[in-house]
Amino acid sequence: MSTQTSNLEGLINQEYKYGFVTDIEADTVPPGLNEDVVRLISAKKEEPAWLLEWRLKALHYWQKMKEPTWANVHYQKIDYQAISYYSAPKQKKDGPKSLDEVEPELLRTYEKLGIPLHEQEKLAGVAVDAIFDSVSVATTFRKKLEEIGVIFCPFSEAVKEYPELVRRWLGTVVPYTDNFFATLNSAVFSDGSFCYIPKGVRCPMELSTYFRINAENTGQFERTLIIAEEGSYVSYLEGCTAPMRDTNQLHAAVVELVTLDNAQIRYATVQNWYPGDKEGKGGIYNFVTKRGKCLGKYSKISWTQVETGSAITWKYPGCILLGDNSIGEFYSVALANNYQQADTGTKMIHIGKNTRSTIISKGISAGHGQNTYRGKVAILKSAEGARNFSQCDSLLIGDKCGAHTFPYLEVKNSTAQVEHEASTSKIGEDQLFYCQQRGLSTDDAISMIINGFCKEVFRELPMEFAVEAQKLLGVSLEGSVG
Amino acid sequence: MLEIKNLHARADNKDILRGIDLKVNAGEVHAIMGPNGSGKSTLAQVLAGRDVYKVTAGEITYQGRNLFELSPEERAHQGIFMAFQYPVEIPGVSNVYFLRAALNSIRRARGLAELDAMDFMAVAREKAKAFGLDESLLTRSVNQGFSGGEKKRNEVFQMAVLEPTLAILDETDSGLDIDALKIVADGVNALRSPDRAIILVTHYQRLLNYIIPDYVHILINGKIVKVGKKDLALELEQRGYAWVGEAVASA
Ligand SMILES: Nc1ncnc2c1ncn2[C@@H]1O[C@H](COP(=O)(O)OP(=O)(O)OP(=O)(O)O)[C@@H](O)[C@H]1O
Ligand SMILES: [Mg+2]
Repeated sequence: MSTQTSNLEGLINQEYKYGFVTDIEADTVPPGLNEDVVRLISAKKEEPAWLLEWRLKALHYWQKMKEPTWANVHYQKIDYQAISYYSAPKQKKDGPKSLDEVEPELLRTYEKLGIPLHEQEKLAGVAVDAIFDSVSVATTFRKKLEEIGVIFCPFSEAVKEYPELVRRWLGTVVPYTDNFFATLNSAVFSDGSFCYIPKGVRCPMELSTYFRINAENTGQFERTLIIAEEGSYVSYLEGCTAPMRDTNQLHAAVVELVTLDNAQIRYATVQNWYPGDKEGKGGIYNFVTKRGKCLGKYSKISWTQVETGSAITWKYPGCILLGDNSIGEFYSVALANNYQQADTGTKMIHIGKNTRSTIISKGISAGHGQNTYRGKVAILKSAEGARNFSQCDSLLIGDKCGAHTFPYLEVKNSTAQVEHEASTSKIGEDQLFYCQQRGLSTDDAISMIINGFCKEVFRELPMEFAVEAQKLLGVSLEGSVG
Repeated sequence: MLEIKNLHARADNKDILRGIDLKVNAGEVHAIMGPNGSGKSTLAQVLAGRDVYKVTAGEITYQGRNLFELSPEERAHQGIFMAFQYPVEIPGVSNVYFLRAALNSIRRARGLAELDAMDFMAVAREKAKAFGLDESLLTRSVNQGFSGGEKKRNEVFQMAVLEPTLAILDETDSGLDIDALKIVADGVNALRSPDRAIILVTHYQRLLNYIIPDYVHILINGKIVKVGKKDLALELEQRGYAWVGEAVASA
């Protein structure tokens, strides 16, 4: 027979489409981490003294910290002195004032990635901040957004143009003492996006940041801060890719979200960092801290993530539900194929009264992939009437991969209602055969079964991105069944 | 259309089919009956290309081609359809989405234009109505939470939409109420045509009151031990398989 339908562990031969390298001259700081490097980064960005001080406090704190080992991931010890902490493509001027000043090679890179930045071809209804290694190279629709008071710009520019706002909110959700990787980020963070939605404004377009790692042996440490004032709304999307390299690269980002009364932030991630090759060589180490604070009453933060890339993923986007009646949501699809390892989940901390949270996690493991869901739901004493619903489903493709679930629950208020459901299933040979008998190819059958499995998460993504995410999962799993 | 010669197949080191010969011409309806575990479903699945069953000897030609050279989906593209004895659930995938994808991949393979969602829905609604499939089942996940009878109707509904050349129905009558049985039989009869053939696997002669077969085969222990006309099913119902066994033993 020409295909072997029952051989569920067949060779995996996915192609990573974004693995090219952009040949561009870069200004890269020599490897190593010490006070001088931090001062240099801060100087390059012409930062105010208070920010340099904050960075240095973080550095000194970090130097006394130990790398955490509790996650269910295994990797060779990272040599933090062998990494370069800053790399920026050389630009003719200090920073492009308009797209005409952006290096054509950079524009071409984003075009190849499907993110056109040119005025004429910009993605309709989506404002994009394009971050290349340590700096932002372009932000589209900035002027248009400014007209309604929405600030959407590179973090480093926000520091210069809106220092009061940055100073007021930076580190209020993820303090520089938070955890090993967040503290490292606080010391050396390079660029990222800054968004501010003023009172009562519903942001009329999707805001989106596209992260690209290009330089070799460089870490990417971006920092994103989004503030939604009273009664405002914003939907934000981030995407990420990196070249194929056979060494591992570190990506340690921090994202902080704040919602005031009745405000809402929807934050979606389609993470497709280079996952390493079929033997597990190379790939990005993705150690990310993402947290939202529902400061105001009736405010809402939802995290939706589709994690298909990275050699190692370590991230737990969470919500601190401070405001009464505030809502936190977490919808996640995490894929671990070949030798990828994902340890991901969420933290929902209920503090305010009648706070609600929903967790839907879909883990897919294929090849030798190891997928761990780690979630914490804490209902503090003050959280009268709090409610949580969690559902964690795992899907296995083949029998060399693994799925693990670690739900932690802490309830200190007896009026709370907490529900947890979990399931593990296998893509059955019988399901595949049923699809094939009806005329579908193996790959189509798998992507259909997977997409069915992830449906509850995909419907939380903005329409265009849901389609992207489905395709991405299809590509990432292509040929994973022999 | 279909010719099976000396077919031997095994699974898990167990010989299941041990020398099947069967010839099905276009326009014919063949019934296959036999006790539990005799190999009926195995035969159906070998025809559809399920590779848990290893063919150890024999050959099958379908429309003049060696069937073993075709993958399961290629067989589907060539018009082979099997209604499953145990239809499979696919959570999160809507029944119509699934069926449209199936129909379109078959159409693509045949060089025909794909049907868009609108055109497809028109066809699906009409067939659902004809086969008494509740419209709500169209948008629910494939077979998930369907009752036993609903699953069987859904198989026949899919068959009606895909319009196969060779339809193999594995106990599609089991678990159906009397009305549903008639509807299913009507569906099969509607499909009957000089250029199509149908293989019915069944335990009950009742279905054969509605779908008159051209031949009835009795499969015992991996072999076809008796072939007859529709009366054979009646006789079987009265006398049981022991009688066939004896008849074969004494022959
Ligand atoms: N995948 C398999 N692995 C091992 N044994 C199998 C497998 N599939 C079928 N068998 C065995 O082969 C024999 C024939 O099974 P089959 O399902 O073809 O019977 P059947 O005639 O369709 O029975 P029923 O009337 O109960 O549906 C049974 O003994 C069954 O246990
Ligand atoms: Mg059977």
